[in-house]
Amino acid sequence: MAFRGVLRNVARRLQVRSYASDVAKGDDMALTFAAGNKVFYDKVVVKQVDVPSLSGAFGILPKHVPTLAVLRPGVVTVIENDGKTSKIFVSSGTVTVNDDSSVQVLAEEAHPLENLDRGAAQESLSKAQSEFNSAANEKAKAEAAIAVEVAEEILKAASG
Amino acid sequence: MLGRAAPGVCQVVAVANQQQNRNMATLKAISIRLKSVKNIQKITQSMKMVSAAKYTRAERDLKAARPYGEGAVQFYERAEVAAPEDDPKQLYIAMTSDRGLCGAVHTGVSKVIRTRLQEPGAENIKVICVGDKSRGILQRLYGKHIISVCNEIGRLPPTFNDACKIAGAILTSDYEFGSGKIVYNKFRSVVSYQQSDLPLFSQKAVESAPKLATYDSLDADVIQSYMEFSLASMLFYALKEGACSEQSSRMTAMDNASKNAGEMIDKLTLTFNRTRQAVITRELIEIISGAAALD
Repeated sequence: MAFRGVLRNVARRLQVRSYASDVAKGDDMALTFAAGNKVFYDKVVVKQVDVPSLSGAFGILPKHVPTLAVLRPGVVTVIENDGKTSKIFVSSGTVTVNDDSSVQVLAEEAHPLENLDRGAAQESLSKAQSEFNSAANEKAKAEAAIAVEVAEEILKAASG
Repeated sequence: MLGRAAPGVCQVVAVANQQQNRNMATLKAISIRLKSVKNIQKITQSMKMVSAAKYTRAERDLKAARPYGEGAVQFYERAEVAAPEDDPKQLYIAMTSDRGLCGAVHTGVSKVIRTRLQEPGAENIKVICVGDKSRGILQRLYGKHIISVCNEIGRLPPTFNDACKIAGAILTSDYEFGSGKIVYNKFRSVVSYQQSDLPLFSQKAVESAPKLATYDSLDADVIQSYMEFSLASMLFYALKEGACSEQSSRMTAMDNASKNAGEMIDKLTLTFNRTRQAVITRELIEIISGAAALD
């Protein structure tokens, strides 16, 4: 019994140390990554997040300066604390980095890269292109242009 | 005098006549009523089953939507955005649905807005009703505050597309509000929900927030797109919370209705049997006393 208690103590101390050797607790980057269809991360501490934004793709590390950005279609890469990377395709949305180093990535729709189908993307791209060419007014044209952009990005993500 | 009294007498006779053959009629009436109550119970029971199934789905969806909604509000809290004092114009959004028979979910939301509209300064408040129910409640007294109404909410689980449409309607409504609130029912447990609100701000309010300066590389375009998207996300979250509260509340309401119908059925069956017994007894007495008179 006593031995087990010692073991547990050691384990606890080790855990504490691993926290300390990482980043200080208050500066952990808590990532919330959610989309309309699914939640990928809910306040999970991660190492790095790379996001594609309208003003260019950028990576977020802990203690990033607070900022707001609007997502453009593309692949969000999340590097978890254990080094595992997951790539998730997003259609549009927002990124918020707050002063407490928490990060919110909110997407309209998001899917893991492995769920994307190249053939279907190709199909939707050609459909969107034909819609773009036959669009009657400005609004329809803009909508079709967005569809083309998304389809192109999906294609790029699925093949790359 | 006599002429006037005569119809009265006639009436009394008529009543007496009615009472005479009433026993048979009540038996019939009771059995009709019993049947209708039984049918109602069947309906409320199946409505309960349906809303129980819908509730499970709504709750599952809500679990996914919660981090989404919280994430959308975080920025406003962190940046300490406050309503501008020089702009009294406010926008209230009532998140209800088209369907009733679900307890007080819709009344609760409407009441919050109604109380606000009774306070001074109400002339600067405009309301957008999401769902027919809030419109029905607010329209008669506060019709001039309502700028638009969305319906076809609540038949199907809400999607992000619905939220986008509502957000689009708000952004194109030409109403320049300084601040506002989304009033919705926050789901707490199967038996409990609470009226709650999410903040809305104008772009000007965000730009003058005290802590906005700490945020890097912002321009008006980014803020505008960011706010439009966050409006849609908050609406989406509020829709999900509302849908879940509504289904859980409907489940409870229908459960209670079924129980009440059960009680009514018990009472009616008792009365029905008593009356039937009374009729039989009376008929027997009539036969026996008839036979006795012949002897």
